[in-house]
Parts: sequence; C-alpha cells; structure tokens
Amino acid sequence: MVRLVNYTALIVVASSLAWLLAAVTLDPRANYAGRTPAPPVAVVDAALSEVNLNDHDPLLDRYLTWISGVARGDFGRTWDGLSVGADLADRAGVTLRLVTAGLAVGALLGLTVGTLAAVHHRRWFDRVSGAVVFLLLAVPAVVLANVLILGAIRFNDATGARFLMVSGEGAGGALDRLRHLVLPALTLALPLAAVFSRYQRNAMLDVLDADYVRTARAKGLPRRTVIVRHALRTALIPTTTYLTFTFGALLVGSTVTETVFGRPGLGQRLITAIQTSDVNTVAGITAVAAVALLLSAVAADVLQRVLNPGRAR
Amino acid sequence: MSASLWGRFTTRATTGLRPSASRFPGISTSVGTPPAARPRMFSATGIAGLALLSFLAALAVLGPILVPWTAADRDFEAFLQPPTANHPFGTTASGGDLLVLTLLGLRKSLLIGFVVAVAATTVAALVGAFAGYFLGWVDRTLMWVTDLLLVIPAFLVVAVVSSGHDDWIALVVLLTAFMWMVTAKAVRGATIVMRDRDYVKAARFMGVPSHRIVLRHVVPNLASLLVADATVNVGAAILAETSLSYFGFGVTPPDVSLGSLIADGAPTALYAPWTFWWAAGLLIALIVAVNLVGDDLRDRFDPALRACA
Repeated sequence: MVRLVNYTALIVVASSLAWLLAAVTLDPRANYAGRTPAPPVAVVDAALSEVNLNDHDPLLDRYLTWISGVARGDFGRTWDGLSVGADLADRAGVTLRLVTAGLAVGALLGLTVGTLAAVHHRRWFDRVSGAVVFLLLAVPAVVLANVLILGAIRFNDATGARFLMVSGEGAGGALDRLRHLVLPALTLALPLAAVFSRYQRNAMLDVLDADYVRTARAKGLPRRTVIVRHALRTALIPTTTYLTFTFGALLVGSTVTETVFGRPGLGQRLITAIQTSDVNTVAGITAVAAVALLLSAVAADVLQRVLNPGRAR
Repeated sequence: MSASLWGRFTTRATTGLRPSASRFPGISTSVGTPPAARPRMFSATGIAGLALLSFLAALAVLGPILVPWTAADRDFEAFLQPPTANHPFGTTASGGDLLVLTLLGLRKSLLIGFVVAVAATTVAALVGAFAGYFLGWVDRTLMWVTDLLLVIPAFLVVAVVSSGHDDWIALVVLLTAFMWMVTAKAVRGATIVMRDRDYVKAARFMGVPSHRIVLRHVVPNLASLLVADATVNVGAAILAETSLSYFGFGVTPPDVSLGSLIADGAPTALYAPWTFWWAAGLLIALIVAVNLVGDDLRDRFDPALRACA
C-alpha cells in the first residue's frame, strides 16, 4: 500500500514537472507567428486562452486548470483545440502493437540465441553470436532503422515485389499492416534480442553449473531433457522478469523507431508535440510513460514472486 | 521500498554492459577468490578497444587541422560527388567536404561523451555515497529524487529544454542530469556494505566528520566501480546525443556531430551512400571501442563475471 501511494506520488510529480517545464520553455504563440495576414494579438490570446496555453495568463492559474482537469480524467487540448486524451488513446494502440511485436520477436530470438550460446559455451556458436551481439549493441537505433530501410529498398528492387513498406502504419487489411510492421518491429527487436541473449546466456551458465543439474544428469536423464526441463526453466525466471520491465520502458522508448518509420504512435507524437509547443500533450505523454513504467515494474515484481516463491522476501 | 526495485531491474545493458549475474534475483553467485598472480592490466580485447579508441581520438583531434577544407567551406564545383582525391570522403549536396565534417562530428561526439560520462559518474558517486552512508531521511530523499528522474522520460525533457538553447554545454548539463541514476544506485549499495568496514568505523570513532569520511574514505575505495561505470556511460552518452541530434534537438548548426551528419545523410543514402556510411561507420566503431574497454574494466572489477566470459 505504501508503495502504491509512493508510485502515485511519483506519477503526479513527474507529469506536473513535465507540464511546468514545457509551459515555461515552449512557446505556443509561435504557431501563429508565420501567418501572412498576421492575426490580431487579441484573437491569438483568446484562442490560446481557450485551450489553456496563453503565456500571458498566470502560470499558477494555468497549472491549476490543467491539474484539476487531469483529476477529472481530462488531459486538456492541443493548440488547435483537439482533445489530448482522445488523441493519445488512438496512438497508444499503434505503439502497443509495435512494442508487442518487437518485444515478442526480440525475446524469442534473444532467448534462443542466449540458451544455445550457453549450452555450446566457448564453442563456435557462442563466439560468433557473442561477436554479433557485441556489434548490435554498438549500433544506434537511428542507424539501424536507416540501414534496414536501405536493405528493404534493395530487397524490393531485387525481387520486383514491393512487400516491405518503410513508412506509415497501413490502412488496409491484416497483410497490409504486417507489411508496415516488419521493419520497425525488427528495429526494436534486434537490440532487444542482443540484450536478452546476454542475460539468458549468463543465467543459463549459472544454472548449468548448479548441483541439481548435475544430479539430474547423474541419475541418467538425457542431456536434452536436463537442459530444457531443469536448466532452462530456472534460467527463464530472471529473464522473464526483465522482459516484463522492458515492456513499460519501451512504450516511449520507441520514439526513434516510430519517427523514422512515420508510424503515428505515442513516440512520434512526442516529437511533433515539442515542435508545435503542445504543452498539454507533452505532459500527457509523460503521464502515460510514467504509468506504463511503474505498472510494468509492479508486474515484474509480482511475476518474480509467482515464478520463484522460495525467494519471496 | 521502490529503491530496491529499481536497482534490481534497471540495467544499462543496452550500452554493452555485461549484466551482472548477481543482479538476478533468483540466482546467487558465489564471488570467486581473486587469482593469486597479479592480473594483467588489460585482456586482448581490452587492448584492441583501447587502440581503436586512441586511434579515433587522435583522428578527431588532429584530423580537422590536417584537412585543407573547413566546415564552412563550400566547393561549388563538386555537389554531392563520390569520393575523389580532392574530397576523400565525397561532398554533401551543398558542396561541403564530408571528410572534415565527419572528423569534426567525431570530435564533438567524443567530447560530449567523455564530459557527460565524467560529470554523471561524479554526481552518481556523491549522491550514492551520501545516501548509502547516512541512510535514514537523507537516503529516502535522495533515492526518491533518483526514482523520479528514472520515471520522467529523459528524451522528452532534454528535447524540450534544449530546443530553446543552441549551446552544446547546455546539452551536456541536460544529458548529465539524466544519466547518473543507475550508477548512483550501484554506488549506494556498495556504500552500505562499506560503512561497516573497519577502516570506516575507525575513522568514525576518531571523530572524523561524516562528510569527510564519505569523500576521503568511501568514494576513493569505489574507484574501480566508478571508472568502469564511467566508461560504459561514455557509450551511453554518445548514443543519447546521437538520437537527440538526429531529431534536431541536440547539436545544432553550425556545429556538427555524428548524429546530425547521419540525419543529413540518411535521405540521400540510397543514391549517395558516402553521405551516410562514413558517419554511421565511425559512430559504430567508436561505440565498439568504448564498449570493449568498458567490458574489460568491468570484468576486472567483478571477478564473478570472469567465469562466464
């Protein structure tokens, strides 16, 4: 219970800080500056006051308006009058699909590679996969995304079929969505797989040395059974916990991927919100990110207790 | 308390840090005894990383001086040209020499990476050591701030604030502000163990003021942890700077960094590959070098990991 109160306080303070910071730094008035018949100051003031973005109103008043709105579940409006809550709810689905796909592929790949590397410890597979993982960890997301785009264009040219799409979300059926999902999901999945495989390899190496694994071998169980039934099951516990935690961090961590691939998700909105000085949207995304992060931290903790009751403290 | 929670799950594994097995909640590793013989300074991979890093640093420092072009120069006879004798790395769409731009970008990325890493590790050492030594309300306050900074999306704050500043120093301060938390948690844990050591107790009973015990006895004894973490932070800082600059929130013109060069080059990479690959390749080489050195230092610091390697 104490922790729940503490987390709620963290979420409130984090989004308030983000709102205040954005309100002080960003300048929504700039959105009107470029118009050719320059709109009268009074009109701009009225329009900005309407959405609680007028920097001539006292900061405290604007903050109170915003926070009381949030308490009622209303995240305010963007500079051109749209509801932030509805916008973010739409985008959350797009981001959720991407993160789920990326995490699933990355986890599967990482766990497989990590387990095999541990089983073939210090043999060629371990060494090769170790080198590949090391290289992947050094490639920034922006470079990886662009390299995948270049590769996809070459691939499409070579095969003549335009299967892989490099931009947007896809409006058509499931196949169209899939075509747009492959590359951004890979951009998320490859670095994740690299991290997971390192975790899994270390966890497996620890377990393979354990006494109960040796006992299982000694009583005559085949090597494969011992590795899968005894070692892998135990080694999966810490990695699964870490995986759950990553899910929350990724919800906003996919900013780069979404922007490069032009997917209309939360991360991409973050960039455009800063560019158009949408104070309320910036604060809203911070709140979503904080909630996601803390929820997944709690989920990871619960999962760990369920999977490993002996260690519960 | 949430402090233990974050310490357990937040790792900087993405930067190439080999996750410590002892950090896994389900598995306890026995810390092996250190070998009797004095260990060598660096392993083969560590030396390779150090050599690559020195080479890149020398290139970044000396390169721009030796190249006849400057960042502001425009060659109006060569727009978007592939590499030639005159421009070994090719030219940009506006006729800029890519060799000098890339080397200047490398210099800026290296500089930001090192300054941020040193500053962030310093903050982490102070916060972690004070929290771990004093415990009580000092610890609770400092760890609450640490958790708060971990919850706020760093990318957002840095992007919002730095979109108003063109100064790269401001960028360094902002990146530092969001990079010290995980190391601080590790330092705190190590300090809690250390505060019961005999030499710390002795100092306490001699009446040495607490702040001096922390600065003179606790922090210096964490040097190996701090050096290893600072190295890992260099890579993390360079990566963070790259994605910020890519979106135009980090290093802004006329300054160039590897991130801004990659952003400029990406749209033309298909038909003018030299605008993209030099900067991308150098960036990857730089991170590989930093991670090689960092991993090596970390292995030496934590003998339990050496068994796995």
